[in-house]
Amino acid sequence: MDQSQPRQDDFCIVASGVRKHFISGKKTIVALDDCSFKVKSGIVTGLIGPDGAGKTTFMRLCSGLLVPDAGSLKVLGFDATSDFLDVQANIRYMPQRFGLYEDLTVQENLDLYSDLLGVPPDKRQARYDILMKMTGLAPFMGRLAGRLSGGMKQKLGLACTLIKPPRLLILDEPTVGVDPVSRRELWQIVYSQVKEQGMSVLLSTAYLDEAERCQEVILMHEGHVLGQGVPSSFSRPLSGHCFMLKGPKGKKRQIQRELANRDEVIDALILGEKIRLVIMDEMGSQDVRKTFNLSEDIEIEGSEPRFEDAFIYLLKKRLVSLGRSVKFKIITHKKVAGSPDDEVIVVKNLKRRFGDFYAVNGISFTVKRGEVFGLLGANGAGKTTTFRMLCGLLPASEGELYVAGKNLRKARAKARERIGYMAQKFSLYEDLTVIQNLNFFSSAYGLHGKRQTERVQWALDAFDLKEEENSISRDLPLGFKQRLALAAALMHEPDIIFLDEPTSGVDPLARRQFWAHINSLAEAGVTIMVTTHFMEEAEYCDRVVIMKRGRILAKGTPEELKSRYHPPGVTNPTMEDTFITLIEMKEAA
Amino acid sequence: MTSLRNESSLSRMRLKGLIRKEVKQIIRDPSSIGIAFFLPVILLIIFGYGVSLDAEHVPLGLVIEHPGPEANEFMAGFQDSEYFDPIFYPSIQEAEKALIERKIMGIVWTRSDFARTLFSSSEAPIGVIVNGVDANQARIVEGYITGVWMKWLVSYARSHGLALKVPIRVKHRIWFNSAVRSRNFLVPGLIAVIMTLIGGMLTSMVVAREWERGTMEALLVTPVRVKEIILGKVIPYFFLGMGGMVLSVFIAIVVFHVPFRGSYLALGFASSLFMLTAIALGLIISTAAGSQFVAGQIAIVITFLPAFMLSGFVFDINSMPYPIQIITHIVAARYFVSILQSLFLAGNIWPIYIVNCLWLAGMAMVFFKIIRKKSHKRLI
Repeated sequence: MDQSQPRQDDFCIVASGVRKHFISGKKTIVALDDCSFKVKSGIVTGLIGPDGAGKTTFMRLCSGLLVPDAGSLKVLGFDATSDFLDVQANIRYMPQRFGLYEDLTVQENLDLYSDLLGVPPDKRQARYDILMKMTGLAPFMGRLAGRLSGGMKQKLGLACTLIKPPRLLILDEPTVGVDPVSRRELWQIVYSQVKEQGMSVLLSTAYLDEAERCQEVILMHEGHVLGQGVPSSFSRPLSGHCFMLKGPKGKKRQIQRELANRDEVIDALILGEKIRLVIMDEMGSQDVRKTFNLSEDIEIEGSEPRFEDAFIYLLKKRLVSLGRSVKFKIITHKKVAGSPDDEVIVVKNLKRRFGDFYAVNGISFTVKRGEVFGLLGANGAGKTTTFRMLCGLLPASEGELYVAGKNLRKARAKARERIGYMAQKFSLYEDLTVIQNLNFFSSAYGLHGKRQTERVQWALDAFDLKEEENSISRDLPLGFKQRLALAAALMHEPDIIFLDEPTSGVDPLARRQFWAHINSLAEAGVTIMVTTHFMEEAEYCDRVVIMKRGRILAKGTPEELKSRYHPPGVTNPTMEDTFITLIEMKEAA
Repeated sequence: MTSLRNESSLSRMRLKGLIRKEVKQIIRDPSSIGIAFFLPVILLIIFGYGVSLDAEHVPLGLVIEHPGPEANEFMAGFQDSEYFDPIFYPSIQEAEKALIERKIMGIVWTRSDFARTLFSSSEAPIGVIVNGVDANQARIVEGYITGVWMKWLVSYARSHGLALKVPIRVKHRIWFNSAVRSRNFLVPGLIAVIMTLIGGMLTSMVVAREWERGTMEALLVTPVRVKEIILGKVIPYFFLGMGGMVLSVFIAIVVFHVPFRGSYLALGFASSLFMLTAIALGLIISTAAGSQFVAGQIAIVITFLPAFMLSGFVFDINSMPYPIQIITHIVAARYFVSILQSLFLAGNIWPIYIVNCLWLAGMAMVFFKIIRKKSHKRLI
């Protein structure tokens, strides 16, 4: 490639100077800012970045659904603006939301797309057979698409786009919220098509671990391209910069907090019992101990760099160049009375039924004071339902439920005074300003007068909301919204907080800032319950339970789970490997 | 690589696929069946039975101050009438009390010297009080009472060989709606309102649903043409709407015994034109509304309410203020109401029929032009 100029055909997408903005209220949001890059033909290219990076906008531009404000965009040699019908005849696009008809069966959805794509009726069955075998949907041909699980829906969506193999396949976050097993299958299908049909694939994802599965990666942030290349080209420069620290029990949060704000540190992250440290300069373990003043009882060993490390490095570099702070703020919270051995949440054989469907089917666990406890599972596992019962928002159908020593089935209101709840998605008033939201939520929790003023002030300071105090909440970036939602849940200084999917979609730095807050709360003795479908986030928790279809499959510390369930021969499994192994073991049994 | 742009003609396979999909969705979705078939039935029952501009079985207080053969005979006239449910009160005070308590709608009161003053023009022989809260009903009740009075007076005069001192006799002859049943007039108009609702609400909501659920986004990035998407919606909902129409006409004729004097063919043609305008309006709404909820709200405000208030179905257009009369010209239901009312009650009156059909056809054409211009394969 170095010697000769590549021909046009070598690239399926050529973007030069592409700009796109949207108007939201009074604000102009620049979704893509002067983006220029080329996407190679015949491989899987990943568009990687957090929400608001411009991934979906770019894909819609490529599909002819939107028109760029400036710049040119060639897709398969056609101009995506003027020749969009030619583009649409040659590409397939799978939008982020399930784009199929939920009230049609699998078969009917396939038939519809065959009609739309002009597949001759006599050739359909053979193609269906291949696709259904590949996706494992063959037994479900007569089932309504709406009744499929999240993973199966995505596979059906993919099958519909592949009825007539396109030259370019564009997939917008096909794996979000899908369980790891289905996720792995989706990737296998995509790769089989690339190999058999010579198809080009552009797919976006917010899971950074998926970047390593792509053949090439385009890294985006706030409408800018941070870098492009094979995944290893991002992480390779950081080899020799990464370490795993194992310190005395109970001190990991404090050590991590001190490390995270040092200038020499790119990233410090809690992973189970260990701390993962990525630093600016390459050095040996002993130098690390010296530079960071780490005591002798901390074990230090080298570690392989990951894609995420590179993302954080590039992101920090960009934010610093824009003059934004990359330091993590620590929040203060009153010390919660009581001993770390108190059982704050007790759940026994809890069930919740909707009609004849058990969303939660007999789960039991206990959470101790000051623990960070994670509920892990794909969409539809029953996490949110469990949460709503624990917060007293939804009555349980059966079982026992104690929160902060109160029986939730009898004294809901009493228990609710002691808890804070941050709902999935942004659940504050979008039309109110930041300060209006804080004032409202503090009065809703019964604060008034001087105390209310104090708490609102505290929230503005602790969560860095001061500069956006009078902004309408809707226009805030996602990271801000999440901080505001957490602040609102903490107004009354609760002993327990419930966080439902708190960090989905935010960039890794914002996620770390969020977890820095969580960790400082845990240090003050606040009990934290969190749900997530990011397997990696489970590693930040003290203990986790893994749920599937309303039942608990396994519980324990991340370390225990990883050592108990791992693929044969893998010594250093990720949480995702663990999850897949666990599901496979349970299904085999 | 061949350019596919020349292939802008319709693809039969794609269109069939879209229609088949829509039909299956209609069959599986209880709400569209509900809007098309249950809504007409319920509305027709409510309006056919419940709302009536006629006064029937009006509770009426009767007070006879001094019973005598004349007074008794006159009052008996009320008992024979199907319009009144008479209640006797011993004194005018008690009757007034009952009126205030709304037990009765009006009072007819014969004075003690009823027989004597009967044919002397100096004094009124009877007193009538009518509750005027509902002015419309009051006028009707008043008219009925006058009718009973006149009838009795005529027969009394005849049986006693007296000359009636009423200089002019009014002879009523009612055309078109010989039974003077307001139902005959309301039900055809109501059909127009129902069709507006089915066409506008159903189509706007199903298109909005596709946007809301993200299926439209996936659909757009296929070789499908905008024309095909539009036809794929218009055709199935046209037939669904016509099904609701047939049902409504059937109910009107069989259940409510509204006479039908025109031709069914003419009715079918005019209904088709009207159905197209209603569906087109629904499609226009859907381009503006992003969600089913908003689409439903807009549909009610800009299709149902004008059809109800401004079509002449209940309120006479000629008695509206002039600016509002002008506005009624852009309400498609107005033309359909007058077609329906003439076909049902008068028969094929071609001048009315043709003029109104032309208006409908014109509106349908303008609406489809707007849709064609507004719809494209883009998100914004």
